[in-house]
This record gives sequence, structure tokens and C-alpha cells, in this order.
Amino acid sequence: MGKTLSEKVWDEHVVRSAPGEPDLLFIDLHLLHEVTSPQAFDGLRLANRTVRRSDLTLATEDHNVPTIDWDKPIADPVSRTQVETLRKNCADFGVRLHPLGDVEQGIVHVVGPQLGLTQPGMTIVCGDSHTSTHGAFGAIAFGIGTSEVEHVLATQTLMQSRPKTMAVTVNGTLPDGVTAKDLVLTLITHTGTGGGQGYIVEYRGQAIEELSMEARMTVCNMSIEWGAKAGLIAPDQTTFDYLADKPEAPKGADWDAAVAHWKTLRTDDDATFDQEIVLDASTMTPFVTWGTNPGQGAPLGANIPGPDDFDEPNDKVATEKALHYMGLTAGTPLREVKVDTVFVGSCTNGRIEDLRLAASILEGRTVAADTRLLVVPGSVRVRLQAEAEGLDQIFLAAGAEWRGAGCSMCLGMNPDQLAPGERSASTSNRNFEGRQGKGGRTHLVSVPVAAATAVRGTLSSPADLQEV
Amino acid sequence: MDAFTTHTGVGVPLKRSNVDTDQIIPAVYLKRVTRTGFEDGLFAAWRGDPDFVLNDPTYADGSVLVAGPDFGTGSSREHAVWALQNYGFKVVISSRFADIFRGNSGKAGLLAAQVDEKVVQSLWDWLEDHPGGVITVDLESRTIRAGAGEDAVEDSFDIDDYTRWRLLEGLDDIGITLGHDDRITAFEASRPAWKPVTA
Repeated sequence: MGKTLSEKVWDEHVVRSAPGEPDLLFIDLHLLHEVTSPQAFDGLRLANRTVRRSDLTLATEDHNVPTIDWDKPIADPVSRTQVETLRKNCADFGVRLHPLGDVEQGIVHVVGPQLGLTQPGMTIVCGDSHTSTHGAFGAIAFGIGTSEVEHVLATQTLMQSRPKTMAVTVNGTLPDGVTAKDLVLTLITHTGTGGGQGYIVEYRGQAIEELSMEARMTVCNMSIEWGAKAGLIAPDQTTFDYLADKPEAPKGADWDAAVAHWKTLRTDDDATFDQEIVLDASTMTPFVTWGTNPGQGAPLGANIPGPDDFDEPNDKVATEKALHYMGLTAGTPLREVKVDTVFVGSCTNGRIEDLRLAASILEGRTVAADTRLLVVPGSVRVRLQAEAEGLDQIFLAAGAEWRGAGCSMCLGMNPDQLAPGERSASTSNRNFEGRQGKGGRTHLVSVPVAAATAVRGTLSSPADLQEV
Repeated sequence: MDAFTTHTGVGVPLKRSNVDTDQIIPAVYLKRVTRTGFEDGLFAAWRGDPDFVLNDPTYADGSVLVAGPDFGTGSSREHAVWALQNYGFKVVISSRFADIFRGNSGKAGLLAAQVDEKVVQSLWDWLEDHPGGVITVDLESRTIRAGAGEDAVEDSFDIDDYTRWRLLEGLDDIGITLGHDDRITAFEASRPAWKPVTA
């Protein structure tokens, strides 16, 4: 019997396998950032251990860095200490670091792909759950905790039990104006936040094949939001074309050898998945969340649901709690929800295609009077590219704030936070209570919905905007 | 890591589903570079509510958290496990744990005991009748027990064999893996030359 894509990649990385024990997997690339690594480096020091493969390790500063005044010392002393700790650890253990101010600095999941370090068939880990992003290239990529970060630093391996396999097949073509973000939000509301638990998921089908690499990253990024161990997409010509000119991609004969191997990374025709979900892209519409987890979503054209719309007692209670926290009333049209702040950015939607899309909608328009729009590029390279294309001028002319690179308001760890009760439309990945600031209320949206919402001040799609 | 065999402690009902790691500890509390001192951030947003269960003196010595399904979803932050441990929790009981949280718990020595949803409800009911009552969690026999007599709750819980063995022995994963150093070295020698390097 044939193998699925994820089984092929997994099997290529098994260092040791024994009955009743997890597999020992070799890790091709270990990404680090300032928040989840300090205790791991401390552990190495305590045990007198070294970093086994610093040449397979890369660090960047993203979670805790400011997006303004990035050329000055970080104002918050605790944040500064954490960033300085990463710098010291990388210096002490010989790890390549792209610090604040470096041209390659940015969100770890934006930096890996744009450098070309993320390639098909790899195993990639990072102390961050959105590591699933790299699955867009046909890699097995997943988030780990700090104890596992220490394990990878010391051994370049991880002990992992083999997950089950699932196919998410998305047939048809996405309608105009409906994006990869709408696709994945639709999927998560369909499955719930635990639907993918224990599975590595392969996204496939016509709608997935038609996505650009950046859009594929958006889909894989949110695999963790429905509980999947990892999500991946078979590499194809779109993948190879994206990688071809990247600085760390193989060159010459190495490129030919790599592509020859990458072309074998497809699920065999006679392979079977443990589970399959089938969706139809052609019926999808702009999709937003109304609740406090990414599975609480609805089409933008719908009304806000209430507890009575759910059968399960747990769902009823969760809906009631979510509406209370969000300050929303069941039955209200989503399009009437007033938004204070719009955030465009994050490892989900902070890449150059996202900024181009936002700018195309904002050009010639202005942000609503009592609404704030924050545009945060995912990396310095993205920021520089946007500025070279004049996108920053479109954002500034519309009345948006144009910031430096980082995770920013996605997780509200740096000063970019919502105030209590403040409501956001956010292109990020989590609408948990307080995620973007204590008491903040988050609606997850696509880039076009974010841009249109900024203009109208209520949840909107570009179809709601007047011609300019 | 200390070995874990059995624990008896005050049960704390957390009657919520989908308790994500941002709820367990918000990002602004993640700036410390140590593994200690995270107890202040535990359930920070809810601690301000006088009716929140941890503000009830009955549960002041709580060490066994009984939570709704999908506990620990979201961010990979192991700080969520440390915050629970720093506060004094030894065990979390739920009908479903997010994968990364479960993994982090096993590594850090917090017991994530998975039970049937009915058992969580029985424990909540029992704790309502016996506020401040203790729950015994026995890793050797994989059982949970609360009370004695007619309304006692006794059931089994799930944990994978390997994590159970490591917790019972208090073993360090890295030490185990370095025992296979020759296998790792052999694997490294077999990797294709075109695989990317950062140096």
C-alpha cells in the first residue's frame, strides 16, 4: 500500500523506532525566538551541554519587540532583558541571530520561508504553535514547548509519537474576493477547535492547488487553531517557482537533485488517510469570527448566533460566555458590528501579497473617523518591499499607522495592545479572551475584510464600499 | 524531574471548555527568563473576579484542577504548565487536552489525566457536594478517586505508556536520547548534501 505525503516525510526522518516508544525524529531546521528559548538555554548550561547543530538553528526577535522606535533601546526593561538574553545565548552557543535592526529580522515564520530555509520534505520545529505555517512547502512543521526546544538544541532530534493522517480536500475554486483566510476560518468553524487533534493534515484539492505560496502559508498557519499536530500541502511547480530565487535555496546541481526528490513528495494514489473532510470552495464567502475561539465563526453576511442555535450543552454555554465577553447580542447582523481598531499583520497575513491586497482596497479611500488601522509587516524585507512599491504611502494617505516588523498586536505582548472593551478586526489567528490586550475583543478576518472594515468602521467586505 | 507516583490534593472545579493557554497565562506575563514566578499570571484575567474559583478560600490549597474539554489549546507556551505548577497544581483532569499542552505537561512533570467527559461531570458534582474535598490520582494504577461510600467517584484515566513510565521514573528525556548518540550521528551522515544550513 502506498504512503501519504506526511508518512513519507516522517519516515525519512526516523532516527530510531522501537515498539511502545515514540519515534526519535531528526529535525532539519530549528527556529528560535526570545520568548520560549531562555529557559532552554539555561537548561543546557546547567547540564553542561552544547547546541549539537547550530548550523541547523536560526533565531530572530519577533514576539516582544516594539514596532516603533526599533532603533532605540526597548523601553520596557523586562522585555529588554528577554531580548538581550536571546542575544547573549546566541552569542554563547554560536547560533545565527537576526536581531532588531537587522534586514532579515521579522516574524520567525515569515523569515524562514523568505530566506529559502523552509523547503519541501523537511522537519521544522520552533517554540511557537504557528510553526505549522511552514507546512505550506510540504514540510512537517509544528510548535513545541520549551523543554522540547532544549531537547532539540541538545540532540537535534525529538521524540514524537506518530500522528494519524487526515486529508482536507477542498474542491472547486474560491470565488473572487474570497481568500485562503476565509477558507481556513470556514474549515475551523466546521471542525471546531479540537477537530484536528492527533492528526497531521494534508490540504489538497483544486482550491488548494490554485493558492499562491503565501496563501498556502495562511492556510497551514491556522492548522493549530483546529488542533492539528501539523498541516501540509504537497510541493508543486508553485512551490519550486517560489523557492528558485531564494537566498538559501539549493543552487545548480543541488537544485536539480533537490527538485527531483521534492517531486516524489506526493501522497500515493493507493494511500489511505485515517480521516477525510471534503469542502467546496465555490460556496465559500467572506468569513469572520464572532466569539472567543477560532471555531466560533460565521459568514460575514450572517447574523450573530445565540445559544439556541447549538445542540451541545457545552456549545450553548460557550456561546453565552463568548457573547457576554464580546459584548454582542444574538441576532445582530455581523455587518452592523462597530470596530475600533483594525490590525493587518501577523504570521497569518503579514506578507507582501497581504499588504498589496490591503493597499489595493485602501487606495483612494480613508480610514473611518473613529477607527484606527495598524499595518505591521511580517518582516523587515516585507516592509522594504512594500515601501519600494509605494504601499506605505497608500496606507499613510488613508490614515493608517505604518509600523516596523514583528508579532505586534497578534498577541499583545509588546505595547501594541487593545484597551479593555476595545473591539478589533484582525488578520491574525486567535480571538481568545484578552489575546490582543486585557479585555480586548477580537474578530478574526481576511485582509480584504480588514481593509473594508477600516474604511466603513463596521465589519465589511470590499463589496460594501463605494467606487472610488 | 521529580518522580510522580500518586498525589492526593484538594480538587478545584474549572467549569469551562476551551481554556486556551492565553487564558492560563496571558502573553504579557511571558517575559521572565526563568521557569519560576509565573503563578501571578495564572488565569490572570479571571483572578480579578471575586467569584472566580481560585479566589474562594475553600480551594486555597488546590492542587488537582478539574477542567472542561479542550484544555490548553492555542499557543505552545510551556509557561502555561509552569504557571499551573508554580501556583501549586500537580494534576489537571480533563476530557480532552490540546496536543502541545499535553506534551509540555509530560516534559515538565505536571500530570495531564484524560478521562471520559462523564467523569469530569461526576467530579464537578462531587466537589459541589464536598467543597474542599480531596482527589487522589494514582499514576501506577491510572485511577482517580474522590470520596468514599455511595457518592464516591472512582474511575480510570488515560495517559500514554511512555509518558507514564517517564513520570513514574522521573527521567530526563535528553539523557535518554543522548544514549542513542551513535544512531543520531549515523543519521546525520546519511542526510543529502543539498539540505539547507543556517551557518
